[in-house]
This record gives sequence, structure tokens and C-alpha cells, in this order.
Amino acid sequence: MATENKQTMKPFSVHMNKDLQRRYRAEKRFQRCGIAAIAIALSFLALLFASIIGSGYTAFRQTFIELDVHFSEDLFKDENLAAADYAGLIKQALRTAFPEVKERRALKSLYMLVSPGAAFSLQDMVKEDSRLIGSRQKIWVPANDDVDMLIKGQMKATEAEADRRLKDDQLGWIGQLEKDGKLETRFNTTFFTSGDSREPELAGIWGAVKGSFYSLLITLLLSFPIGVAAAVYLEEFAPKNFWTDIIEVNINNLAAVPSIIFGLLGLAIFINFWGLPRSTPLVGGLVLTLMTLPVIIIAGRASLKSVPPSIREAALGIGASKMQMVTHHVLPLAMPGMLTGAIIGMARALGDTAPLLMIGMVAFIVDIPGGFTDSATALPVQIYLWADSSERAFTEKTSAAIMVLLAFLICMNAAAVIMRKKFETKW
Amino acid sequence: MELTSQLANQSFPTLPTYDFAASLEQTEAQSAVRQTVGNPFLDNPRMTCRDVAVFYGEKQAIRHINIDVGCNEVLAMIGPSGCGKSTLLRCLNRMNDTVPGCRVEGEIRLDGENIYDPSVDVVPLRARVGMVFQKPNPFPKSIFDNVAYGPKIHGFTTDKAELADIVETSLIKAGLWEEVKDRLQEPGTGLSGGQQQRLCIARAIAVSPEVILMDEPCSALDPIATAKIEELIAELREQFSIVIVTHAMQQASRVSQRTAYFHLGDLIEVGPTERIFTNPRHRLTEDYITGRFG
Repeated sequence: MATENKQTMKPFSVHMNKDLQRRYRAEKRFQRCGIAAIAIALSFLALLFASIIGSGYTAFRQTFIELDVHFSEDLFKDENLAAADYAGLIKQALRTAFPEVKERRALKSLYMLVSPGAAFSLQDMVKEDSRLIGSRQKIWVPANDDVDMLIKGQMKATEAEADRRLKDDQLGWIGQLEKDGKLETRFNTTFFTSGDSREPELAGIWGAVKGSFYSLLITLLLSFPIGVAAAVYLEEFAPKNFWTDIIEVNINNLAAVPSIIFGLLGLAIFINFWGLPRSTPLVGGLVLTLMTLPVIIIAGRASLKSVPPSIREAALGIGASKMQMVTHHVLPLAMPGMLTGAIIGMARALGDTAPLLMIGMVAFIVDIPGGFTDSATALPVQIYLWADSSERAFTEKTSAAIMVLLAFLICMNAAAVIMRKKFETKW
Repeated sequence: MELTSQLANQSFPTLPTYDFAASLEQTEAQSAVRQTVGNPFLDNPRMTCRDVAVFYGEKQAIRHINIDVGCNEVLAMIGPSGCGKSTLLRCLNRMNDTVPGCRVEGEIRLDGENIYDPSVDVVPLRARVGMVFQKPNPFPKSIFDNVAYGPKIHGFTTDKAELADIVETSLIKAGLWEEVKDRLQEPGTGLSGGQQQRLCIARAIAVSPEVILMDEPCSALDPIATAKIEELIAELREQFSIVIVTHAMQQASRVSQRTAYFHLGDLIEVGPTERIFTNPRHRLTEDYITGRFG
């Protein structure tokens, strides 16, 4: 009996062994596929970062030229300091620096070396300290974007003269300035403190950052409370019937609607019907709220669903009302998930361009918005605008703005992780 | 008979007797309601169920059940899975209200008051009829907060010292005080399974209920923890009425004074525990407790 048993067992175990090895091989294959997928994804990400950082890091430095400016009293006869000819001051300083240049056309190309924004910085200096009038000052003014490009090596001096924006005489003057130590690159504070400009060396993202900030503030203040309230009602209180089914299907559909549709809706309702001011963070925030709400509601419902029913039973079982059950037990447990959903929704809103185009936030706006109803643009729209600009120097600005946007996104995602950790209840 | 005198004392217009012919005629698909063997009525009941039927949508879970829960007694409800014992238990504090599509017919009275009356508020009802669930389900909060939650929401006290007092007495009654008195601020979910279940019992008794419902309270526990809970049930009986649903027949025989046997939505037999386990009158009861099925 026993031997018989062994004999029947043997082929079975051999078969089993083969089968086992096949299973292990399959598992190994599967793991290798997974690792390969991760490697591909990571390498794309690395490529993206490398290309953006590679083409954008130079934007954080800016070329400056030192000029010997004489604030002659003759120019400031008028009471109004703003009326003085600051551009003339710059031109005069350039003529003093290169006395050999006399011809009109040559002078014009000499003046081109300095940014038109230099006159404004002189004006600001005088405004701040009127004792400057009558004195002689060594002042660092921003160079024109072409000079900046040359210094950063993005324009090659070796190219044929007709192919470059800086001509041979200009290259000579730049060489002389460099030799005299009157030309240097510094950290580009303008990029972080000023609004948009047609001149790349004067363009900054602060206006777009503030526009995005105001829009997102409105989005957060509206979409989080509304989204959480809707999710809690639908999940905990609403009767399960035809109407709630319709609502659920529609919310899921809304989450998949292309964002430009929300822009059209915002244009039709908020601007044309309600008459809210166009290109403002107020309308931008409202449109982004429409876009973010379904995401927050869906994430909220999912996290409410994941709260174990035993907790609800426990609360109801000792006589908590439904409201107490929700606010004391279910909501605190669902909060980490809801916050994560909200932040993911907000990150999407931060990066979305299309709806803002429709409501006019794509306008060229130099002034930094001071409130919710000032015309403004947003970070992604600023990137879009700069990517569309013809000046060579805007390329690096575009990449730099993308870096800033990514930095914000990373911060927001980090905040999501931290908040989840903080609110997570230990079981 | 005891039954008739009992019913005469109470204001029940119709006797819950069943016309077999009528019920057979009633539906062909549905088998006849089985007559309960033994006397389900008591002289001085805490809770009474009269003609209780529960439906989940179209499906009928229990059919026309009459049973009383006495004061200071442990009533064990036994029966195979799906027999409706848990359903009936959850009717006693209207936990079935939360189940969509659940419909309860008949009358359940607590101290003479129909708890399914539209004027009855479930919130105070559930404070009077506490519940302990199958799986220990402490809140993910501190041990203190777990017990203090009920008294807090029912506004028993606003005084901190008094609240601490309630928590202490409840934990002492639940036999958990000695084990947790030094770590009341630690999370209740960090306790062992048996301790968690006793914490849940402490939480239920902190609102001083009249009846405690226990839905297989030991099925997730090891034998030692089970023995502790059983001891605790015996002690709690002096103060509360307890209805316990259990799958373990030894447990029913150890802790209860009366036992009710359910089968496919019918109350088959009810009587003193000793009698049910030594001398069951109904064939189904006998089959079940001797382990022939279930």
C-alpha cells in the first residue's frame, strides 16, 4: 500500500516541481517588466528636467553694464522729476564712455547696447534720493538682451555678421567694456520681481505668480468647502435614488471634460452674463473652481467610502446622531484623503492654461496685480506667452518660468504628503 | 396559562397566534410560519417584540416573531447563519434603520414604549439600548476618549472630574481598569483584541443603557479573552438586560438564562437555557444543538 502510494506521488511531485519553476520564472519576468517600466518613466523625467534646466538656468543671471552717469542739473530744471530725459542721460553716459563714436548710425547702435529699462532705473534712483542731482555716479544698468545672449554664449560671435543681431562694431564695444571690467553678470532679481515686458531683460514672472496666487486662492476657498460638503452629502446623507445616480454620473463626466470647455462656460456666464471684469484672477479662480470641483468631490467620496463601516456603526450604536457620526468620526478619518485630492486638484488648476485663455488672462499685462479684480495673467499662461515670443532671450525665460512652475507644483505635492502624514490617524 | 395573563395585562389588541391554514394559503412560495415551541413571554419584560417581521427589499429576513427580553437576564439567540438572529438583534436599537431597503413590521417596545413609533428619536433610544459588535471597533482615539465619547455627546456632564469618574466606573465595570489605568491617553486601537472588545463594552455602558445587545462579541477573540468577556457578561447581568447572539453553543449555555433558537427567519424554540440544551422539544433545535447541522 505504502509503496504504491510513493509511486503515484513521485510523478506528481516532479510535475509540481516543473510547474513551480515555471511559476517562479513568470514572476521574475513580471518583475523585470516592472523595473523596465519604471526605468523608462524615470529616464523620460530625467530628460525633461535636463532639457528644461539646461536651457533655462542661464535666465537666473543677467548681464549688467557699468555707466558713468552725470546727473547734470540742467536736465532737472522742471519740478516734475519724471519729466526729465533719463534716456538722454544714458545716451550721454554712453557717448562719454566711447568718445570716438560720432556718426549717427553708429551712435544708434551704441545706444542699443543698453536696455531701454535703464532709463527707468535711473528715474527710480532719482526719485528715491534727489541729492543725486548734480553728482556723478557709477551705475550698473541692465544690458540689452542681445548683449546678454552674447555674454551667455547663446549668440555666436563667429557667425557671419549678417546672421547675428549684434554687428562687428557693437562686438568691439562689448569687448572693450569687458576688458575694462565694466560688464558683468549678476543674479537676475528682475526676473523674480517684475511683471511681463516686451524686453526680455526686463520681463519677470512676479506678475504671473501673483495672478496665479490670487486665482488659486479663490479656487481653494470655493472648491474645497463646496467639494467637501457635496462629497459628504452625497456619500453620507443623500438617498440612493435615480436623481443621486444622475448627479453621480454627471460629476464623473465633469471630471473628464476638457478644461477649455470650462473656459468657454466662464466666458459665457461669469463675464458676458454676470458682467465680471475680464482677465482677472476673480474670473480665473471661478473657472478653475468649476474645473477642480469634480476632482475634489470624487476624491472626497472615495476617501469617505474608505472609512470602515465599523466606525460608523460604533458611533451610531452609542447614540451619536448622523451629523455627529460624520463630523466626529468619519470626516477626521477621511480628511487626509480629501486634502490629497484637493491638493492634486489645485496642482492641476495651477498648471492649466486653456480655460484662462478663454477668459482673457492671456493678455499682455505689465503691471503686477494688486488684487482679485486687477487684470492679471497666470504662470502657465506666461509660459505660453513667452514661448510664443520671437526674441532669442525669451527661450531661456520660458524654461526658467517652467522651472518656477514645477517648483510650485513640487511644493504643493510635498504639502499634500506632509498634511496626509500629519492628519493620518494611527490605527 | 401564563401567556394569556401576560397578554391581558398588556395592551395588545390581537393575540399573536397563527392560523396555519391562513398562512399556508397566504403564499405558496413562502413556507408556513413555524409555531414557536416554548413560552416566549415573560411577566415583567424589559423589551417586548410582537409580530416582528423584517424585510430587506423583497426578501423577508424574519417572520412574525414574538419574544420578550427580561430584566437582568441574558437572552442568547442561537441558530445557523442567515436565520435572522442578528437582524432581530439590530432591530432592538433600530440599527437596521441604516440599512437601505430594510423594513420592519410589528411592534418592539422598550419599557412599554414602541420604539418604532414615528415620535421616537433613535438617538436617545440607542443610548438606552447599547450595542457591542462582532469585531471590536474602538474609535481611533485615546482609551479615555473612547469611553468618554458617549457621555459627552449625550450631555451627561460637562465637568471634567465627573467625566473622568464615569470613565473610571465604566472601565472598572468592564474589567479593563486595572490594565489601562496608567495609559488612558494611549490609542484604544493599540490594545489587544480582547481588551478592545472590553473597551467597546465600557463605551456602551458609559451611557448607562438599560439593555446591551451583543452581536457575537467573542467570535474574533481567543479563548482566554472569550472567558474574560463571558465572566464580564455574568457580572453585567446584575445591572443590565443583555441579548447576545452567538454561534458558540457552549457560550450560550454558559452565559445565558434563556435561549432562543432561530431557523430561517422563524423563532423555533425558546425557553430556559438549561432546558433547551438538555431537553430540546423541537426537532430542529435538537438537530442544531447536537451538531447535526448548522
